[in-house]
Amino acid sequence: MLRRLHSEQPESFTFTPQNQAWAEAQLTKFPENRAASAIIPLLWRAQEQEGWLTKPAIEYVADMLDIAYIRALEVASFYFMFQLQPVGSVAHVQVCGTTTCMISGADDLITVCKAKIASWPHKISSDGKFSWEEVECLGSCANAPMVQIGKDYFEDLTPERLMDVLQKLENGEGVTPGPQNGRFSCEPGSGLTSLKDFGAASSSCNASVQLALDHADTTKRIDGSEVPLVTPWRDREIENLQSVTGSTDTVKIEKDNGAETIEI
Amino acid sequence: MLKDQDRIFTNLYGMYQSTLEGARTRGHWDKTADLIKKGRDWIIQEIKESGLRGRGGAGFPTGLKWSFMPKESDGRPSYLVVNADESEPGTCKDREIMRHEPHTLIEGCLLASFAMNAHTCYIYIRGEYIREREVLQRAIDEAYFARLLGKNAADSGWDFDLFLHHGAGAYICGEETALLESLEGKKGMPRMKPPFPAGAGLYGCPTTVNNVESIAVVPTILRRGADWFAGFGRPNNTGTKLFAISGHVNNPCVVEESMSIPFDELIEKHCGGIRGGWDNLKAVIPGGASVPCVRGEHMMNAIMDFDYLRNELGSGLGTAAVIVMDQSTDIIKAIWRLSKFYKHESCGQCTPCREGTGWMMRVMERLVLGQAEDREIDMLFEVTKQVEGHTICALGDAAAWPIQGLIRNFRDEIEDRIKNKDVRPAWAAVAAE
Repeated sequence: MLRRLHSEQPESFTFTPQNQAWAEAQLTKFPENRAASAIIPLLWRAQEQEGWLTKPAIEYVADMLDIAYIRALEVASFYFMFQLQPVGSVAHVQVCGTTTCMISGADDLITVCKAKIASWPHKISSDGKFSWEEVECLGSCANAPMVQIGKDYFEDLTPERLMDVLQKLENGEGVTPGPQNGRFSCEPGSGLTSLKDFGAASSSCNASVQLALDHADTTKRIDGSEVPLVTPWRDREIENLQSVTGSTDTVKIEKDNGAETIEI
Repeated sequence: MLKDQDRIFTNLYGMYQSTLEGARTRGHWDKTADLIKKGRDWIIQEIKESGLRGRGGAGFPTGLKWSFMPKESDGRPSYLVVNADESEPGTCKDREIMRHEPHTLIEGCLLASFAMNAHTCYIYIRGEYIREREVLQRAIDEAYFARLLGKNAADSGWDFDLFLHHGAGAYICGEETALLESLEGKKGMPRMKPPFPAGAGLYGCPTTVNNVESIAVVPTILRRGADWFAGFGRPNNTGTKLFAISGHVNNPCVVEESMSIPFDELIEKHCGGIRGGWDNLKAVIPGGASVPCVRGEHMMNAIMDFDYLRNELGSGLGTAAVIVMDQSTDIIKAIWRLSKFYKHESCGQCTPCREGTGWMMRVMERLVLGQAEDREIDMLFEVTKQVEGHTICALGDAAAWPIQGLIRNFRDEIEDRIKNKDVRPAWAAVAAE
């Protein structure tokens, strides 16, 4: 598949200060002189910030990692999640079209996208808000058919439900990802056939949905302010973990200076 | 049917807390240090005796794989890399582990890394699993703060760092050497073997790459004993296994079951039967996209394990991702879609695969439309044989096998379609007169 840089590119790119701090923290996951390893997460964060991956962003990341531009460009063009052209300002809809989803009704979802968004994949809708594409298996096959919008999976879809989700996004209303037919996660739709002996559920929704609701950043352009930067592997090295108090669900860390408290 | 007390993943559906505290109430992180103090030889021996075979598709014995790692370091560090690039069409089991049982995986990483003399472990998760990545990272942070990771991890005396890394949408990065290339910041193109990763893997250092499920079952095996795990399933196919059943069953789901469970029991107990009844069953892909499909009638008495599916049905258990198709399915189109998938995902490094996957997809397209000639069926089969085994990695094989399975099992249907296309429609006959 031919993947090239878009013909129109912005002048420049820089990470927001918080994304920059996040990006620099990623480099500490790898041994000395192996900074290049961090290229995918950095390019991804650049895309999350801008909506698509621009040439200045690729070059910016290459400079940060001290690698040749062509090395960064070949990574950007190799991995399909990198959008090398602009996408809809609200959301880019990725419809899973591989066999399980196909036999479960993905074609109907594509029809919705064609009607609602644009007749061709990667074409931006006339109001500029949406674009769509068919992608390969997204690994949620027991909840087929499904689409990914922004950070989240919308599973067990019908064309009507998808239309509804798109309409809500268009209106700027909140959407709840996860199974759209009342299922909890990937359990049998008619009710549990196993793991019944553990009492009533103590979570109200599955872990992915919970995070989506907590962060409310499904289609947000990520600037780094969404969640506090936590790098415990690094903090350990500088020995600034003073006290660890573990409560039920929350672990609180107080740093040396006492100025910063992180809750996760 | 497997009893609940014998299930390893007791929070598979995420109905209970996936936090550290929740994991502890389910028995994880219980005296992990004591397990480590029994020594690495003991751990590897237990895993060998449990009969655990890799859960990523190939089914290679996990304990044996670990024993290939150097016992003494020659100055280079050793690495454990966990393959969480779950991209095989039909497969959605590791996702449930990572978002709902993250601590089982993290504890497994510590134990497995210790057994392989590795102080560092990377988990490589597929890029699309964004929330799963966030959940897993939160659990890792939690484990660090509770001193279960880091220096003197879990008071075991072993220093251990666990890092989460991600891809960006390339199926090929599920191949272990492509994954390592990607982890080094390059295009995910598989490496020639040898050298095998245990000799020269990540950054040229000894590395073992294991599937998420293979690692996540380790703590429970060590706690409950190899005999317990080996007690499930048939010899050489032991243990419990996550099955992901999708497609035309009444209730698609992911469920942990005993290995070697009969196919009909799996479907009846957990999936509410085949949509429209057993007579409506047309075909099954029993182990993810890259194993050949099997005719429905042959699956009715099938046993779901590595050896039965390979030896008796010429297919495979793969990742135990069962795709069920009923009579309404256009099976030729279903397999064409897989051909399209492989064409899309071929990394382009080896000519037979780069050119072959596109060629096979185009011929499959003609078969779907019935716009081919009979001889093209044999030609297509022949070409799949030319691709199979002639590439660096197994993607070429994986692209070839579904088509071979289709031709072996549904040749009549392909021929029918070609034949019916040849019959001139009535309006054409009238027009000719």
